[in-house]
Amino acid sequence: MRGPIPCWLAALLGTALLPWNMQQDGVTLAGLWAWGAEDAEAASALWQAVAHGRWWFWPVSAALILALPGLRGAAGWQVAAGALGLAAVIGQGLAIGVQGWRWAWLEGAFGPLEDRQFGIGLGGTVTLLGFLFLLTGGLARRGLFRGDRFVAGGVGLLALCILVFTAWPVTTMLAQVLTPREDLPAWAALGERIADRRIWGLGCLAGGGCGVFWNTLLLGISTATAATALGLCFALVVTRTGFPARRALRLLTVLPIITPPFVIGLGLILIFGRSGLVNQAADAWFGLQLGRWIYGFDGMLLAQVFSFTPTAFLVLIGVVEGVSPTMEEASQVLRASRLRGFRTVTLPLMRPGLANAWLVVFVESLADFGNPIILGGSTGVLSTEIFFAVVGAQQDFGRAAALAGVMLALALGAFLLQRAVLGRRSYVSMTGKGDAGIPAPLPPLVRRLCHGVALPWATLTVTVYAMALAGGFVRVWGRDWTPTLSHLLRAFALERTADGRLLFTGGAWSSLATTVELAAIAAPLTALLGLLAAWILSRHRFPGRTALEFAVMLTFAVPGTVIGVAYILTYNIPPLEITGTAVILVACFVFRNLPVGVRTGVAAMSQIDRSLDEAALTLRASTFRVLRTVVLPLLRPAIVTALVYSFVRAMTTVSAAIFLVSAEHEMATVFIINRVINGDYGLAIAYCAVLILLMAGAIALIQLLVGQRRLGRRAPVVAAPVAGRA
Amino acid sequence: MIHRLLFVLALLTSLPATAQGSLNMLCAPAADWCEAIAAGFQRDTGIRVSMARKSSGEILAQLRAEAQNPRTDIWFGGSAETHLTAAEQGLLQAYASPNMAELQPWAQKVHAMAKGMCVGVSTGAIGLVFNREVLARRNLPVPQSWADLLKPAYRGEIQLPNPNSSGTAYTIIAGLIQLWDEDRAFAYLRELNRNVNAYTRSGAAPVQAVARGETAIAVSFNMETESLVQQGFPVGITYPEEGTSYEVACLSIIRGARNLAQARRFVDWYLTPAAMDIGLKANQYHVPAHRGAAPDPRIPDITRIRLVDYDVATYGEARMRRRILERWDREIGALPR
Repeated sequence: MRGPIPCWLAALLGTALLPWNMQQDGVTLAGLWAWGAEDAEAASALWQAVAHGRWWFWPVSAALILALPGLRGAAGWQVAAGALGLAAVIGQGLAIGVQGWRWAWLEGAFGPLEDRQFGIGLGGTVTLLGFLFLLTGGLARRGLFRGDRFVAGGVGLLALCILVFTAWPVTTMLAQVLTPREDLPAWAALGERIADRRIWGLGCLAGGGCGVFWNTLLLGISTATAATALGLCFALVVTRTGFPARRALRLLTVLPIITPPFVIGLGLILIFGRSGLVNQAADAWFGLQLGRWIYGFDGMLLAQVFSFTPTAFLVLIGVVEGVSPTMEEASQVLRASRLRGFRTVTLPLMRPGLANAWLVVFVESLADFGNPIILGGSTGVLSTEIFFAVVGAQQDFGRAAALAGVMLALALGAFLLQRAVLGRRSYVSMTGKGDAGIPAPLPPLVRRLCHGVALPWATLTVTVYAMALAGGFVRVWGRDWTPTLSHLLRAFALERTADGRLLFTGGAWSSLATTVELAAIAAPLTALLGLLAAWILSRHRFPGRTALEFAVMLTFAVPGTVIGVAYILTYNIPPLEITGTAVILVACFVFRNLPVGVRTGVAAMSQIDRSLDEAALTLRASTFRVLRTVVLPLLRPAIVTALVYSFVRAMTTVSAAIFLVSAEHEMATVFIINRVINGDYGLAIAYCAVLILLMAGAIALIQLLVGQRRLGRRAPVVAAPVAGRA
Repeated sequence: MIHRLLFVLALLTSLPATAQGSLNMLCAPAADWCEAIAAGFQRDTGIRVSMARKSSGEILAQLRAEAQNPRTDIWFGGSAETHLTAAEQGLLQAYASPNMAELQPWAQKVHAMAKGMCVGVSTGAIGLVFNREVLARRNLPVPQSWADLLKPAYRGEIQLPNPNSSGTAYTIIAGLIQLWDEDRAFAYLRELNRNVNAYTRSGAAPVQAVARGETAIAVSFNMETESLVQQGFPVGITYPEEGTSYEVACLSIIRGARNLAQARRFVDWYLTPAAMDIGLKANQYHVPAHRGAAPDPRIPDITRIRLVDYDVATYGEARMRRRILERWDREIGALPR
């Protein structure tokens, strides 16, 4: 059945039959038939309007009737009906909440309202989607999107998702900056919050402390520079030397992705802290007091470089591999020395990749919360300040909003800079032509430098991880190093009852189950939506494309704490009442990780020649079929990356999730943080170790399920990870 | 303790859903304790408890965000000040339990100050926490008073939380102000600044640093210290001779709670000796509010510590808090370090 009829039927189904509102105890099979329900909250929209006097559903029904002429070919009617339907559904949802009118002026205009309504549920969602696709289908029939209904629907769906799950909560949060403070009116409070000495102060030049903006900026720049340099050394060692343990080094790239927050910071304290290994050794052997330098800017920098060097490494491997050896060979033929060839040919070719890595690390550093909170000492950065503005002694949502605005501006600035500097050049050295050359070996000087830097650093990284993870398997971490499994047992005990049933008695089972379940739901959704967005953005031209691309990437720049608070502020009240449910967690994971899916997809898509799609289209395959049979199989590596990232990030994010968990839906990371706060490091780290194992297993499983794409070419380049880490 | 926990969890998993209704609780103290309380109430009353543990700041942020449509019925733990802030914003509702008569005077005082919005359930005092090994290694004496902390020998050995982010730090400073007066308290803090190595963002961080020997001395609550002692860390605590401030942890019912009857029942249930003894079994050493609660050598006798007369109502007010924080920022936070 083609044309607008299915969409219209969906809207009809959602309006007349399905329960419109969200059901407190879930929807039963019998509850699906909501026409004629006695309880207004369990009824369908049309029945609420007919039998319960809820007149605000009449416009929704009117839109259905308006669409009737559109079903037989009048595109204009279809567009009008879709638009009216959308407006009616959204308008009534926003205007009427749990306490009647949402805004006082509505009461003034329409008189008092005795009734109220809860958030929209199944019926409302189905209706909304039905009207959305009616509208986009109508637009496509009018000739927009080159008349392609599939593309039009995809753009509509993406735009709606971004509006609802990113733009709306972020705006709600930022609007908090205008909340008046007891004695100050809104505009004065705004001024005081934005022009705050604690943000912009330059006291450190005079020996005091600087504002958080400068701390954050300096930390971001230093971390990005150091991590990029180190990452380049690693990438050169792995790809351009005969170093024997190359494969083992590559494993390092996986570490930061699967490391739950706090692990690095804690490991560093054990080594460089005042009572750590290094200090004790220095004291015992040389009588030196190294002090507490690890707490503060230096410590944060060190921890972040440890955390993000592998990220830069991951980005740069692809770039270094992508540099065409033919060029280097050309320079050698022209009698340049190896060093000169490296300096004047290889390095410049890597410049876009280096800039990319630098900016990825910069943004990761901005969003990092775990390291600053552990090692910051007296020094604050934006991510921790936002957190404490909300939950600390100040309890000032307005200040949090102002700080969030500053952070958003900083991240967006970095993002725009990246676009301006790189444009579309970032992967230019990957041409379709065969690369016959063999990569030139490094000049001896550079090789020694790389080895000298990378290998000790790799050893140190492994040591930090080992020290940190050992904490889960000794009695009292940092104190009593007797090996024990008691922490693990406390978390993951199993007992057998008398009748042979297995009882999950450990404290961590329920949060682990929830985490795995939600991550498994979120991962395919993220991959699907992300790749759809990537395909639309890279293959189609339509008005508003740049705006959509920008909006899709927006969550990438929003720190987790901001998203967390924004989500509970926005979704606690109708029309979308999902606070405290699993839906809010899944939505948060999907839209926080969406940019990763998109970036991976765009990168992979740009490697696939457009003529393949066109060939299939010429053979009269539908757009959807082209996507399914041509594009998707070629995208396998991108699918794997998107799935792995979203799964693993869903399991390791903290800052957003901490506001969204509820009693029924506790997440592993929040459980871990609660233990860390109480100083119960043993249990926390044992749990981390289990998570790491689990994620490694999941990555292997995803690899196996999706499979490799088979090309008669060399290994594809893994695209850059871009998620904000928080 | 592990076995007890396992037992509790086994109970939790084996209990059938009952018709007694349910209760949504946000809980601020240690997770073990929260879980034990939830399980205990469920066992005694058959009411199903959904409990989430968050820090009191996070709880307040969540309650504010949920204000128009509350999902929480009861808020257990966290300082009286945060409960009062919530009450000031109209997030709580008053309740007077019939079991209140048997409570210690400080718990009843909080109830009166809060106009019935919350009731004290436990208390703890601010003390000087020190690492015995570090003090011995550096030949430093154990500090006995606020004045001792100013000694040059302790230079760079003391850690305090930052009041901008930590409620504990605010309690310390407000206590000093009530002990002396505001100007003298700030003069003292300015002088103390020379010996302070960091003002941490989190209130729990200084004690953790003492436990691991990262700093010699921290100012913090006694109950956290006792838990560390039980874990085997070489820490000790003294209470300043001049007098010290304390915190009363509160229990309150949320305004608009969907399960009001169950919430009231929880308050009645918790204000009994049996419920107050649960904390001890979960390795938590807060001083319980009920006169009939079992005494324990690991819980300090609060009557023998010299306490300031802490005025929660005045110092919990948002305006006062902001003024003190701003003065701290200006006079202490901006000092060169």
